Amino acid sequence: MIAVPRRPRRASFLGWAMVSGAGAATCNARSATWARSLAAPLSACVAVLVLGLWAPMPRAGESDASRPIRFGTTAVILEDQVAILHSWKGYLEERIGRPVRFVHRGSYQEISELLSKDQLDFAWVCGYPYVRNRTFMRLLAIPLYEGRPLYQSYLIVPKSDTTTHSFRDLKGKIFAYSDPNSNSGFLVPQYELVRLGENPASFFQKSFFTWAHSKVVTAVAAGLANGGAVDGYVWETLQRTHPELTAQTRVVRKSALYGFPPLVARASLGEKEFRAMQDVLLGMSQNAQGRQLLARLNLDGFAPDDPHVFDGIAEILAFIQTRQPGLVGAGGGTSASRALRSEAN
Amino acid sequence: MGAPDPGVALLPDPPRGADGVGSTTPGRQAPARDPDFTRLRLPFRDLSYRYKIPLSVSFVILVTAVVISTALALQAYRDARRDLVVRAESMGKTLAHALGPIMLRDELWLAYEMIVTPLAGGSAQDSRGKVTVVLNSENQIYVSTQPTLFPTLQPLAAAGAGYATLAARLARDSSAGPTVLEEVVPGHLVVSVPILSDDSTLLGRVLVLYSESLFLQRIEATLLQVLVSTLAVLAVLLPIGWFAGNRIVEPLVRLVAVFGKAGREPSPRVAQDLYTGGDEIGQLGRQFQAMLRELEHKQALERQMIAASRLTSIGRLTAGIAHEINNPLGGMLNAINTCKRHGNADPVTARTVSLVERGLLQIRETIAALLVEAKVTSRALTHDDMEDVHTLVVPEATKKHLVVRWNNDIEGSVPLPSTPLRQVLINLLLNSVQAAADSGYVSCSLRTEGELLLIDVSNDGTALSPAQLEHLFEPFGSEAGTGLGLWIVYQISQQLRGEIRVTNGPPLTRFALRIPLEAAA
Repeated sequence: MIAVPRRPRRASFLGWAMVSGAGAATCNARSATWARSLAAPLSACVAVLVLGLWAPMPRAGESDASRPIRFGTTAVILEDQVAILHSWKGYLEERIGRPVRFVHRGSYQEISELLSKDQLDFAWVCGYPYVRNRTFMRLLAIPLYEGRPLYQSYLIVPKSDTTTHSFRDLKGKIFAYSDPNSNSGFLVPQYELVRLGENPASFFQKSFFTWAHSKVVTAVAAGLANGGAVDGYVWETLQRTHPELTAQTRVVRKSALYGFPPLVARASLGEKEFRAMQDVLLGMSQNAQGRQLLARLNLDGFAPDDPHVFDGIAEILAFIQTRQPGLVGAGGGTSASRALRSEAN
Repeated sequence: MGAPDPGVALLPDPPRGADGVGSTTPGRQAPARDPDFTRLRLPFRDLSYRYKIPLSVSFVILVTAVVISTALALQAYRDARRDLVVRAESMGKTLAHALGPIMLRDELWLAYEMIVTPLAGGSAQDSRGKVTVVLNSENQIYVSTQPTLFPTLQPLAAAGAGYATLAARLARDSSAGPTVLEEVVPGHLVVSVPILSDDSTLLGRVLVLYSESLFLQRIEATLLQVLVSTLAVLAVLLPIGWFAGNRIVEPLVRLVAVFGKAGREPSPRVAQDLYTGGDEIGQLGRQFQAMLRELEHKQALERQMIAASRLTSIGRLTAGIAHEINNPLGGMLNAINTCKRHGNADPVTARTVSLVERGLLQIRETIAALLVEAKVTSRALTHDDMEDVHTLVVPEATKKHLVVRWNNDIEGSVPLPSTPLRQVLINLLLNSVQAAADSGYVSCSLRTEGELLLIDVSNDGTALSPAQLEHLFEPFGSEAGTGLGLWIVYQISQQLRGEIRVTNGPPLTRFALRIPLEAAA
């Protein structure tokens, strides 16, 4: 946070200034260029002076175009898919005309923090952090899974367990969550337990986070956890790519449908850049290369922003906060969640 | 004649029957008669040395190979075990160090990922025989590489047989370093490393459990290598050992074969098969050879003695009978003489008396022939005496188209009675002529050598049969002639203290006489 590289920060600032067209920012940029020009040798003084008079505008534009777009991803959804990300990066760069850099982090919390500090331009997060952090997250696109921007949370148990049929059967057992900021991997099971009148904090003998949906499957398959909550999309995708792993687990219960983990932009991002990215994403299903990438991601395409998709998540969050306040972290405390909470009250 | 006459030597030997020497063959050894011996009978006692020694050599090679292989295998096992313990300790230490902060933060999944990484020895190759278990400070299972066997938060003591003891031992263990626990959990080697916080508080333990089968699995390749090398060495050494064993035993086998042949085959032929090395078997062979020669000599001597004593008995008997016959014979002949001279007998009586007289005269001749008298006064032998014999014999030889090789080297007069010697020579020559093959030859050589007269008569006829040899010099021993020729030769030779040596062909049958000159006698 403190050790943020100087140059990218200034560049992003310049970029924003360009789009907004604020004069003060332009003056700032010009004075910076002047300072650099003054440092140049005396012999080139006149030339620099001339250049300096018209240089600010194109330089600022050039800087904006070459500045990489920073795209945050987590291991929660995409893990060990470097090859897919590389292809996707190429696809995006080609269409946007700017370098794209994927910033990989271990948890939603880290990605959320980076977004809030403008250190990322876009990110693929979960519906839950989105709902909680709408102040600095702007919904960019929602992936379409099986034709809909929706997915489920799966409750899975080891294949050897043939007696578990609901959450109740897992009382006093060991449970695996994916990420405390995951909807399907944390919030939904919390909600289910609360709905059953249980206290999720003491219902299990022990619970732990694997920080990735696929690792929940691994933990359950290995028998380390007696049960786990996993993103249904991830489980289904794993069943295609790693059937031997999912075969060691059994899906006990599928939750209601919730908004698919969305792609968001930082709220401070310029409209032009936002639209550019949104257009590229929405157009992916329109061309062969894009469809190929989507197929590899096991997705059908991207839907434009529709905040109501995540109403379900907001509702269950509100429900939990009503029944068991303090169970879920304060997080961003977005206006939306606050509104929902008050509404539930 | 009490002493045996060494002059009679019958060569070569007639074949003898099995007389006990070397009659045992390797195949059928005489079973031990001694009851004590039978009781102490060892296995393979009856087995030939031809197999016993190579088998012993092979056995020694085999035992050596097995001992060395076993030692190598044991060493490999110990090394593998030590290596495993060292690795487990170092891995346990690394894991314990890294798990400290993770356990403090209660990151169960991170702890699991850490212990299942290949870096921590969680690769598929090892996973079958190795389990890593992390315990918390209450000896409960925090996490393990096999959660189904060691579920999280279960007390270690409940994990199975031996684990209660293990838990109790660990509860007492307060060392800060690794502890190796053997024979606590059946079939497993356990290495325990405590997980300590920065202020040395015990947070838990890393247990690395190795199953015994893992050792075997690990040293399988080594064992296989040892086995293959051993078999290769055996494949080379066993044939060499067998060959060497055979080489050692071969002279012995040959000696036994020679023992078996002795007495059935002529000794020179027997002896040529003998091994003549300087070792014990060679010495034995040479001693056996010497023994064989001595035995043979003794037997020849015995045979000569028997022949000589028989001839002596016959001579005495003959002389006795001749004497007893000669006395009445002389009286009868006198009476007939008187009767013829003084009595006037009728023709029948005269004819009868004449018949009786002729018969009696024939008896006297026969007796005279039997009663060889060599000591009659006779002039000394000369060259011409022998030439006369030649002249007498040649017509007989001519009848059979024989060649007579005559070689008379006698010069002057030899101090021996001429008449008996002429008799000897004529008998020997006639005998030879008779035995010689048609158109064959007879040779005669006469000479003096020092104080000896040497008469040598030989022919190319068929050899004498064993039966003929046995009764060679006995009166009426031969079917041809009067049957008294050789008897006369023998008697005269005896009386002149000479000796006769008979060499039985083929190709020549030879009679050699050595008679000491009278001056020397």
